[in-house]
Amino acid sequence: MTALPLLPLAVILACVAATVRLLARRARSAAARRFFASPAAAPGLGLLLFFVALAVLAPLVAPYRPSAQLDIVGLQSRPPSWRFLLGTDLFSRDVFSRLVYGARVSLGIGVLATLVSVTLGAAVGAAAGYFRRATDAVLMRLVDVGLAVPKIFIVLVAVALGRPLGPVPLAVLLGLTGWFTTSRLVRAEVLSIREREFVEAARALGARPWRVIARHVLPGATAVLMVSAALSIANMMLLEAGLSFIGAGVQPPVPSWGNMIADARDLLTTAPWASLFPGLAITAVVLGLHAVSDGLREALDPQARGADPALAAGEPRSRERRLGGWVARR
Amino acid sequence: MVAWLLARLAAALAIVFTVVTLVFFAIHLAPGTPFLPTGDRPLDPSVEAGLRARFGLDRPLGAQYVRYLGALARGDLGESFSQQRPVALALEEAIPNTVVLATTALAIDLLLGLAIGAVQAAYARRRLDTLLTHTTLFVYSLPTFWLGLVLLLVFGQGLHWFPVGGVVDPVLHQALSPAGRLLDRLRHLALPALTLGLVGAAGTARFQRAALLEALNQGFVKAARAKGLSESRVLLGHALRNALLPTITLMGLALPFLLTGSVVIETVFAWPGMGKLAADAVLSRDYPIVTATTLAATVLVVGGSLIADILYAAADPRVGRERAR
Repeated sequence: MTALPLLPLAVILACVAATVRLLARRARSAAARRFFASPAAAPGLGLLLFFVALAVLAPLVAPYRPSAQLDIVGLQSRPPSWRFLLGTDLFSRDVFSRLVYGARVSLGIGVLATLVSVTLGAAVGAAAGYFRRATDAVLMRLVDVGLAVPKIFIVLVAVALGRPLGPVPLAVLLGLTGWFTTSRLVRAEVLSIREREFVEAARALGARPWRVIARHVLPGATAVLMVSAALSIANMMLLEAGLSFIGAGVQPPVPSWGNMIADARDLLTTAPWASLFPGLAITAVVLGLHAVSDGLREALDPQARGADPALAAGEPRSRERRLGGWVARR
Repeated sequence: MVAWLLARLAAALAIVFTVVTLVFFAIHLAPGTPFLPTGDRPLDPSVEAGLRARFGLDRPLGAQYVRYLGALARGDLGESFSQQRPVALALEEAIPNTVVLATTALAIDLLLGLAIGAVQAAYARRRLDTLLTHTTLFVYSLPTFWLGLVLLLVFGQGLHWFPVGGVVDPVLHQALSPAGRLLDRLRHLALPALTLGLVGAAGTARFQRAALLEALNQGFVKAARAKGLSESRVLLGHALRNALLPTITLMGLALPFLLTGSVVIETVFAWPGMGKLAADAVLSRDYPIVTATTLAATVLVVGGSLIADILYAAADPRVGRERAR
């Protein structure tokens, strides 16, 4: 067998490298320049694009079907070779093919969960910050409650009460329980934007509240939303991996990077490749997302770059904002 | 100040109470029956009705809720299905293990994170800083359970420096001298605490570097430099003290991370704490255990952030007075 799977990989790598280089060179706007000036942003973006391409082109890249048991007697736990780039697992399945298809599941859950959580977080945060008073009080107390329960336990309760969830319901549940931090960050932003003159002008022209929010207020919170979305995808993927690892996440035979590690765990000493490579894949994507979110923060959030006097003064709102990236993982 | 403290305390209690209520309704409104048939045949309706009456599930929801609150107040968390004993007993065994693991990890997290952050700020934008920036970014991106597996593979099964799981050696522990027992415990604690601590430290260092650099940008630092203080005095005596304030907040926030991490890390290292208890209970659908660990985790998180708030108020005299003004 030849090094056939290497060919599409090489093509994808070349395309990704070319794209990132082109983007970096063509960067005209100040924000784009600041993004690419951030030390790890370009390689991080490259890593991300590479894995997204793998996920999208999975059938072209993967030499075998992800759940195909090639030879349950002869090809168990084979070390990496030209034929099996990353080796085979206990059930004689090709680890590389599972990794490629697992990218669809793991990335997909991260993205879908983030779509849900960022949408909810933006809506709740905007409502709380814009309407203030009772709306604000009620919504923010709700957020306090949400933040008090570590997310993983909420999912565990759901799984214990019902049955293991499919990938899509799991992603939605992760999204429904993951918007609390985002909503606080958005609220802090909206509180200051709503006092601006252009917002007052829109109100004076008779625009309805939700139109003012959607058209005039939320666009000002784009920076916060983008940074928090990038971080959220990373956190959701880590959470999914952890849940799948303990058997409460994506159920086999559907491959996710987390349950691949779980499957291979008992063979850690005899067939370490089957658990090491999926772990490296998670690390690479999360690293890419963190690097990109660092770059986005530099590019879009001028406050984060210079001195932020409110931070040193310990003013809660601004503390929250700076802590945002940090909190999100918790 | 006292009023502020009482208000925070009341808020914390309200949060715990809300979570308790939500958990109760989640259990009772979830589809399906709590009584799983042992075999393939469905449960006989008359048997199920008997069980419902036995556990008081046939009464109105409001009455059940009041009973549930009363039981909770007495420390009665229900009966575990899979362990056939009160949930409170299982939790009682598990919580100390998790607290030991989490506090050790927190110590590693803060000490290492603050040190790395300070070094980075001192060497800002030089080679060492760049190297550490990339290193912390990488470590911060590692899935904790996978890092645990790798450490286990290398230091446990490869080099045999540390045991591969458990809290103590199951065979030898009883025969050891008191000092030997302590050492045995520490050797078992090392890998799981290091795994959680390292990932946390990377996050703390990333945060601390930014906070320190910001503090270094301010007027009082310029004044200290103008006085002719050495750069290390400026950094450690002036900037660090101010940058430490947000770190207190971090401490409170670290708890949810440590508890989340403990769920998977305890599974990796067979550490009999709350996380492993919950993870095992999920697989056997033992929901009284899962909900009880959720409540315990909530109480720990709320308590942690309350303590952090109080420390913050003690460190920063402005906090309590804002309200009074």
